[in-house]
Amino acid sequence: MIRKAYPGAQEVLLHDLALPFIPATMLWRTPPEGIASMSTGTAPSLTQSIAPVAAGAHVTAIGWLKGTAAFGLGDGGVLLAKDGETHRLEAHPDAGILVGASDGERFVTGGDDGRVAVTGPDGSTRTLAEAKGAWIDSLALSAGGAFAYASGKRVFARDDKGREKMLEVPSTARGLAFAPKGYRLAISHYNGATLWFPNVEAKPEVLDWKGSHLDVTWSPDARFVVTSMQENALHGWRLIPDKGHMRMSGYPSKTRSFSWSHDGKWLATSGAEAAIIWPFESKEGPMGKAPRECGVRPAKVSRVAFHPNTLVLAVAYEDGCILLIRLADASELLVRAAVAGSGVTAMAWDKGGKRLAFGCEDGQAGILTLP
Amino acid sequence: MTDKIPVTVLTGYLGAGKTTLLNRILTEPHGKKYAVIVNEFGEIGIDNELVVGADEEVFEMNNGCICCTVRGDLIRILDGLMKRKGKFDAIIVETTGLADPAPVAQTFFMDQDVSDTARLDAVVTVADAKWLSDRLKDAPEAKNQIAFADVIILNKIDLVTPEQLDEVEARIRAINPYAKVHRTQNCAIPIAEVLDRKAFDLDRIIELEPDFLEEGHHHHHDEDMQSVSVAIDGEVDPEKFMPWISNLTQVEGPNILRCKGIVAFPNEPKRFVFQGVHMILDGDVQGEWKPGEKHTSKVVFIGRDLNEKAIREGFLACAA
Repeated sequence: MIRKAYPGAQEVLLHDLALPFIPATMLWRTPPEGIASMSTGTAPSLTQSIAPVAAGAHVTAIGWLKGTAAFGLGDGGVLLAKDGETHRLEAHPDAGILVGASDGERFVTGGDDGRVAVTGPDGSTRTLAEAKGAWIDSLALSAGGAFAYASGKRVFARDDKGREKMLEVPSTARGLAFAPKGYRLAISHYNGATLWFPNVEAKPEVLDWKGSHLDVTWSPDARFVVTSMQENALHGWRLIPDKGHMRMSGYPSKTRSFSWSHDGKWLATSGAEAAIIWPFESKEGPMGKAPRECGVRPAKVSRVAFHPNTLVLAVAYEDGCILLIRLADASELLVRAAVAGSGVTAMAWDKGGKRLAFGCEDGQAGILTLP
Repeated sequence: MTDKIPVTVLTGYLGAGKTTLLNRILTEPHGKKYAVIVNEFGEIGIDNELVVGADEEVFEMNNGCICCTVRGDLIRILDGLMKRKGKFDAIIVETTGLADPAPVAQTFFMDQDVSDTARLDAVVTVADAKWLSDRLKDAPEAKNQIAFADVIILNKIDLVTPEQLDEVEARIRAINPYAKVHRTQNCAIPIAEVLDRKAFDLDRIIELEPDFLEEGHHHHHDEDMQSVSVAIDGEVDPEKFMPWISNLTQVEGPNILRCKGIVAFPNEPKRFVFQGVHMILDGDVQGEWKPGEKHTSKVVFIGRDLNEKAIREGFLACAA
């Protein structure tokens, strides 16, 4: 097991969960063949704290609606799970959910039927927007009640009062992300990203960088915009003070999952055989600094999700394994052992950080409740 | 990996009959379900449940190689389709009449997520028997589509005389003697001739024999697009051959549309087989030489303005 020591890692410890973390090397991550059904014995793990959920289809997105977990599925359904009970809704009948996002009140999904649907915790579902003949595979919600979605090159933003504005970008919009404050949207596309104030007449700001940009995220302090790229790298722009470029490369595959720590100091990313966590605490962002690599395993990380109020990262892998990793000492806890053909495709913490919902490519899913 | 989804790329100049062929494939009683990716919804409807519109966005890869272009929209759509695995058995990509097939094909080699889940089966080009000769003169796209093809459907043969038909097929052969050519009316062809060809699978490249005309063996020469094939009646030295093929495809990559080869190395019981698209090469040892079989080596290049003499001399110099 390769373990690198990164200077400075100890300094960022703030709060902590009262969980039995132990150093990673002692962890029994993949039970040997034939005894997979046995208890993980003395190895500390949270596997007993998972309530399985039979989602039944590829889980593309998960949102939390207060105490209810909403699983968006590749067969068009939304499965609501609460206290061991599940209820399935046909949010996109005869279609597939490609993307989903939640603001805690509602679960908004985009489908290959060209519809944006909204599902509430009460089990109601209705159409929010429609783009005939297109796929909706990117959307974003803002904390203030606005939402945005893209259909090809056209990006639509609807504010909390229902006023909709449209912007056409130079090539297909791949990723959308609202700024943490204010009604401003980042749109990633070929050769860069566009920053748009939908309710302001001013010309959108263009962030150039050659290549195909996939997903986009905004740092919680609004100083940085970061995209993932086709070429297995991240690109970042430091918006304040000078639009400096940041290139974060070395990934063996594409990054398709980002997560910021609650204090905004760390950006965790998928795409390598460990969670790659970039330091953003300084004004320069990660320039000249090495990232931390946590949870090194012989499988690629598919999803990452920071705990909403401590420096604990949930790391999920293409082989189905899920770990909780405490940043302070890189100690690990097993949440789910590897399951063949059950790579993790979606993962989300609830608002209070007591529960972690996950879903997989084969339709398995579950909810971890922290003891 | 046998469970990768096969993808057939359907090209052809405007009006040649791509959509007719597509609907013929879809309506045959094969019991299979297809996901169809189209770039323009034409006048003829497509008779299929799962039809996806694409934007044909061709992106350059940031790897310093100008011909390494991919279809960004295709990467995005295939990613989405994989969330509905099990709903379809194969994918058919219909390109626009003016499309270059290379970025579509390269997407299957350049993008890891795509190549992990899907495999390029074949490039099928539909050509209009009446108008192809004209298009080869005035439309470089039409020529690319012929040069790139694994299967060519020479359609609308009822609109030309037998002499004209031989003439146009000879023109096709001058550009690409290795594709399988079928003469059709209304794209009437057994589906097995179009789908599941495994044209890009190394273990299917077992021989490289040009598909010559059965009658009327005209000799045509296309001005700028041609095929070059060179054979060595024996083995090649891998220490010479590997750097040569790698350098040739790097330097001449933009001009080489397709290449294929089967070569014999000394003391290697298996054939070394390769195929490539522009600068991208894919090669491996495949299939043992049979006892007593003559070890020969052959390479084939299809491209634009190829220096036949240099290629020939370069390959012959690799002889073991």
